[in-house]
Amino acid sequence: MDLFEYQARDLLASHGVPVLPGGVAETPEEAEAIAREISAPVVVKAQVKVGGRGKAGGVKLADNPEDARARAQDILGLDIKGHITHKVMVAQASDIAEEYYFSYLLDRSNRTFLAMASKEGGMEIEQLAVERPEALARIAIDASKGVDEAKAAEIVDAANFPAEVRDQVVAIAVQLWEVFTQEDATLVEINPLAKAPDGTVLALDAKVTLDENASFRQPEHAALEDSGAADPLEAAAKEKDLNYVKLEGEVGIIGNGAGLVMSTLDVVAYAGEEFGGVKPANFLDIGGGASAEVMGNGLHIILSDPAVKSVFVNVFGGITSCDAVANGIVSALHHLGDEATKPLVVRLDGNNVEEGRRILAEANHPLVTVVDTMDGAARRAAELAAA
Amino acid sequence: MSIFLNENSKVIVQGMTGSEGSKHTQRMLASGTAIVGGVNPRKAGTSVDFDGATVPVFGGVAEAMKETGADVSVIFVPPPFAKAAVIEAVDAGIGLAVVITEGIPVHDSTFFWAHAQGSATRIIGPNCPGLISPGRSNAGIIPANITKQGKIGLVSKSGTLTYQMMYELRDIGFSTAVGIGGDPVIGTTHIDCLQAFQDDPETEAIVMIGEIGGDAEERAADFVKANVTKPVVGYVAGFTAPEGKTMGHAGAIVSGSSGTAQAKKEALEAAGVRVGKTPSETAKLMREIVGA
Repeated sequence: MDLFEYQARDLLASHGVPVLPGGVAETPEEAEAIAREISAPVVVKAQVKVGGRGKAGGVKLADNPEDARARAQDILGLDIKGHITHKVMVAQASDIAEEYYFSYLLDRSNRTFLAMASKEGGMEIEQLAVERPEALARIAIDASKGVDEAKAAEIVDAANFPAEVRDQVVAIAVQLWEVFTQEDATLVEINPLAKAPDGTVLALDAKVTLDENASFRQPEHAALEDSGAADPLEAAAKEKDLNYVKLEGEVGIIGNGAGLVMSTLDVVAYAGEEFGGVKPANFLDIGGGASAEVMGNGLHIILSDPAVKSVFVNVFGGITSCDAVANGIVSALHHLGDEATKPLVVRLDGNNVEEGRRILAEANHPLVTVVDTMDGAARRAAELAAA
Repeated sequence: MSIFLNENSKVIVQGMTGSEGSKHTQRMLASGTAIVGGVNPRKAGTSVDFDGATVPVFGGVAEAMKETGADVSVIFVPPPFAKAAVIEAVDAGIGLAVVITEGIPVHDSTFFWAHAQGSATRIIGPNCPGLISPGRSNAGIIPANITKQGKIGLVSKSGTLTYQMMYELRDIGFSTAVGIGGDPVIGTTHIDCLQAFQDDPETEAIVMIGEIGGDAEERAADFVKANVTKPVVGYVAGFTAPEGKTMGHAGAIVSGSSGTAQAKKEALEAAGVRVGKTPSETAKLMREIVGA
């Protein structure tokens, strides 16, 4: 889960990382009130989870509270690369003497954590990594040892931070590691980490990504979820504990196992090329077990998507054999009754497949077509969606 | 021969008395696996009956190993306790720890992987279906009755795609099929399996199944080019996955220009791996190679 800047800032502040005073506003009036409290020039920043908001007009300076109100008025509702701005952060404006960069992240390839630091911050770090790789220090961190003051000093010295800020940055590096581990983050990125004219080092902007697998021990993270942004179907699926992602297509997809469902999307997209570019409408993994109840919940979600013209149920009977899956489909359709209005193409393979196909044939549901192969079934589902 | 797991493997189950653990212990036993014990500190000294097979429960992994000679542990322990379970297995010096548990925080898996470096333990998973050497032993949740012993080696990030591929090629059979899991940090990689299959005289050809996210497939492609002389066919899932959306597996996410299925396919093909467009086409490519 990616956090908004204001959420990241609050999280950093709660671990003692120095940040500027500020707050989040959903209306121009709230923005004005925050600016009045700060009683200094402020910067009004769009809260969207996408880069490039400055160029899109989403970051504005304001000299006084009335001005902050006007700027918030301009920015709220702004469409930044398809993300509508619902909130602005109002923070004390700061003169910046120097800009640095600091991050901790998961390094998948090396199965470690990685610290990246540079005394040249402010710009896109990907650009710096390509143009001046020598200016970006990368230090691997052994997950079983972590970052203490000595390790933090190693990182900071590798990045050649100026002597006058070294000790401050080392202290911040230790605090950021605390954020990274105690909050179960997979990314904590400060860009810029700025030196104010008085020499104080502050985190001016931050990106934080939290690991959703850790929710069992991070109960307070649930409140950080941006429930307003979720697609209504995705929200409904989440309530039923379904692994569902809405896509822009016409063929509803249900399968078991993440890999098989991803593969199903691809096979449907290939088949759809023949039928005017029909595409998969969603990703839905009902899990390796593929129980009848979950099948019913899944069909319910997919059939309530108005974009769906046909449904492809693609199940490999492994842990659950095909006869149980077939019974699940039949009982799910029975429970859905009149709600089931779109043609279903079913492909079953694996353990006890003959019995599974026999059960579907016997039920003889008018909406169901059984096709023996995954490629053939995808073709049929695409054809039905294009009809 | 097979890799990592054979007819002499003695398997214990951590979390055997839980619902998933007991269901799959039953299945592993039914497929002929030598399950020699379970681990649960609160039920030490008891035993569990699985359709006539009595399996003793030990208080810890070290004790279970000492009493039974176990060399493999299959771990079903729930996410909050999984890190401690894996560390216990590593510290006891088990040869192979197969972590089935789904939903382990990545800070925990990164920690136990770091902890296992330099130890005697190979970790497979987490969030994986385990591995099977058909006809010999089954450590995990892969259905044992799909296929038989044979000459193909399989390594895959995905469980059901593993089953699908085993089913498509069931008449030829497999030396070992390894589900390495779809999490961002995993213990055994495509490369580890490719190396083992290359060294295994029984394995004649290798199927490698990947999916979006990370750069494991690209690295595996480089490895194949430099080190693998046996024929390899590949499949990659996730061509239609949009950027920034996690597709079921925690690791299956395309970020920016990296981790796309297209990039993985191109890397594999550049290394001489024939890549199928669908699972069925991939199976067909394998048939052309092994001549069956």
